[in-house]
Amino acid sequence: MSDVISSSFVRRDLLAERPAPVKTTGFIGLMRTRLFNSPTNILLTILGALLLWFTIVPSVKFLMVDAVWSGKDRAACLAENAGFAVGACWPYIQAKFPQLIYGFYPEAERWRVNLTLLLAAILLLPLLIPRLPAKGLNAGLFFVAFPVVAFFLLHGGGIKGFGLSWTAGLLQLFDESIVGAGQALLTSSKTSAIGPLLWVLGSLIALLGTVIHWLIFPLTWLRDYIQGTGQSVWTDFAVTAAIVCLITFVLGGGVRTGGRALASSIATFIAIAIVIKLMDLDHGGLPVVTTNLWGGLLVTLVVSVTGIVTSLPIGIALALGRRSTIPLIRIFSIAFIEFWRGVPLITVLFFATYMLPLFLPGNFTVDGLVRALIGIALFTGAYQAENVRGGLAAIPRGQSEAAAALGLSWWKTTSLIVLPQALRHVIPNLVNSFISLFKDTSLVSIVALFDLLGSLRASFADPKWSTPSTAFTGFAFAGIIYFMFCFGMSRYSLFVEHRLNAHRRN
Amino acid sequence: MSEPIVKISGLNKWYGEFHVLRDIDLAVQKGERIVICGPSGSGKSTLIRCINALEEFQEGEIVVDGIELGPNLKHIDAVRREVGMVFQSFNLFPHLTVLDNCTLAPIWVRNIPKKDAEETAMKFLERVKIPHQANKFPGQMSGGQQQRVAIARALTMNPKVMLFDEPTSALDPEMVKEVLDTMVDLAEEGMTMLVVTHEMGFAREVANRVVFMDAGQIIEANTPNEFFAAPQHARTKLFLSQILR
Repeated sequence: MSDVISSSFVRRDLLAERPAPVKTTGFIGLMRTRLFNSPTNILLTILGALLLWFTIVPSVKFLMVDAVWSGKDRAACLAENAGFAVGACWPYIQAKFPQLIYGFYPEAERWRVNLTLLLAAILLLPLLIPRLPAKGLNAGLFFVAFPVVAFFLLHGGGIKGFGLSWTAGLLQLFDESIVGAGQALLTSSKTSAIGPLLWVLGSLIALLGTVIHWLIFPLTWLRDYIQGTGQSVWTDFAVTAAIVCLITFVLGGGVRTGGRALASSIATFIAIAIVIKLMDLDHGGLPVVTTNLWGGLLVTLVVSVTGIVTSLPIGIALALGRRSTIPLIRIFSIAFIEFWRGVPLITVLFFATYMLPLFLPGNFTVDGLVRALIGIALFTGAYQAENVRGGLAAIPRGQSEAAAALGLSWWKTTSLIVLPQALRHVIPNLVNSFISLFKDTSLVSIVALFDLLGSLRASFADPKWSTPSTAFTGFAFAGIIYFMFCFGMSRYSLFVEHRLNAHRRN
Repeated sequence: MSEPIVKISGLNKWYGEFHVLRDIDLAVQKGERIVICGPSGSGKSTLIRCINALEEFQEGEIVVDGIELGPNLKHIDAVRREVGMVFQSFNLFPHLTVLDNCTLAPIWVRNIPKKDAEETAMKFLERVKIPHQANKFPGQMSGGQQQRVAIARALTMNPKVMLFDEPTSALDPEMVKEVLDTMVDLAEEGMTMLVVTHEMGFAREVANRVVFMDAGQIIEANTPNEFFAAPQHARTKLFLSQILR
């Protein structure tokens, strides 16, 4: 210790570095400064230790120490046979594992599920690792190509036509519904009090339908002609490929700069052709497995991944719509968001499953799983819209002003300046909704879809495995699976947040 | 005299019932430097924000380099391509590096290849004397540096006119000079500039004309020498006596 420094002082010897006092670092330091440094902290430390003691120890005891690890049926998991109070009954999980993963998916076809999951992992993992290249191609494969391939893999079935037939079919359906509406009006005009008005309206609509019918006639004629030839899929494919390639070539800038666009569209079509050939789609494809046979983790993953991937674009569109200056778009967005947020998910699922078919025209059916998917996507979309809106509100007006002053259009300002910043602000909220969506998928079990939890509860009914601890074991297992996925999402979101917010660290 | 590059005639603007700009007429010649000053709330910022259509107006006409901007705001994109703007609060894009800030508009608005855009951007960053910070994020720089990047960003679009909306008001006194020096350099190269500022030293040194506004109208416009030495209007005299001590 030096004496008090007088008014003038010059240091002669520089001080050497010393280690910190023992009592402030390491485990002892932690105990002294963080755990036992005040009466309140001592109390909290003791309470924490007790909490750990009463939760961790019994869990470990139930899941590991007292667990039964092997056996053929319930006899192995009964206390009188095992000789001790039995905890988790793992042979039960082992026996029911296929059912928990695949549901009632036919055993011979389960390789298709495995292949789909493998494909998803192969495409998703590189997408999640920022260092790997070709993100554009990778994203295109995962978000566009993969869902189609996954559909034909999981569901099976083939195709009878291609782009041309589909376009013609869609237009025809559209046209038929217009004509149908016109006919309905004409019929009701005979009995109604405002008959003449309805008659005029009905005639006009029917006339419109007829006009559209003749407008699309060349297309439908070509479709019927192609269907008549032996190689309908490949003829249609060739025609569609030629038309699309030509359009991209022209849009890409013609002879001068269209080469790249042409090359990439040709490459895309070649890839599509290979997929069709590989999966034999032109000859009926794989055997059809209808969605009511799907189940277990498969349904949970299909529902949650589709929900996650579709709800974010829906949410972004609705959030932008809600801030739009165009009244119609704004009112629509507000009404849509408030409606879906105001209705419980269970109601949505019930409505989609049991009431929607009553409203749709008779010849128009939508698969039960797809109906649930659409309901969940719209429901989560409305929540995501509010999350995104929070992010948009956090962006100062100056940002879009500066972009506008540089000459950027509204679309470019939104996609390059506003949204990237807004979404970064709300990553925790978005992932929060994703996680809650992942767990809410278990609600589909009330509309006769057997997700992981539904399959689990179905398996409880099996008398072969009914023991006192079966239910606890099953729920523990389901809980562990849910936790792995949700915790994974949570950690990954933290990583993304940290990486994308590099600009906020000084 | 040749045709002015910016010509404002009969400009009137209301915020709801509030008449914020009243009968503004102003012609700016090519290469002219105009400083607009006045008390806060006098409509100076609103006026220059009308020039690149960040604010709409109800009556009158603005012509920028022969492109007409009427109350219905047609040709809005064409005008914005001719006019660069520097804001009081910089408004750099915080999620992009300095270089990306400067190449964004050339790439996405003018469709310039990335490599060329980066070369041009580096040229302008050199001109504002911060090329070595090109890969930093705006949040890692001082206010003065950020404002110089904002100037460079506006210049990468090769504007014919530059608008400055109180570019030094948000800066520490130490940093005001580096930004003003950059603006003086720009003026010496012959850029047409409209500057809203309270920096009277800058006005004296650089401006061809000083425009004094109050209550939404132009009270007095004159050369800096005349303006500071012999203000005519009573309101101008009062204003100058308040800020020049």
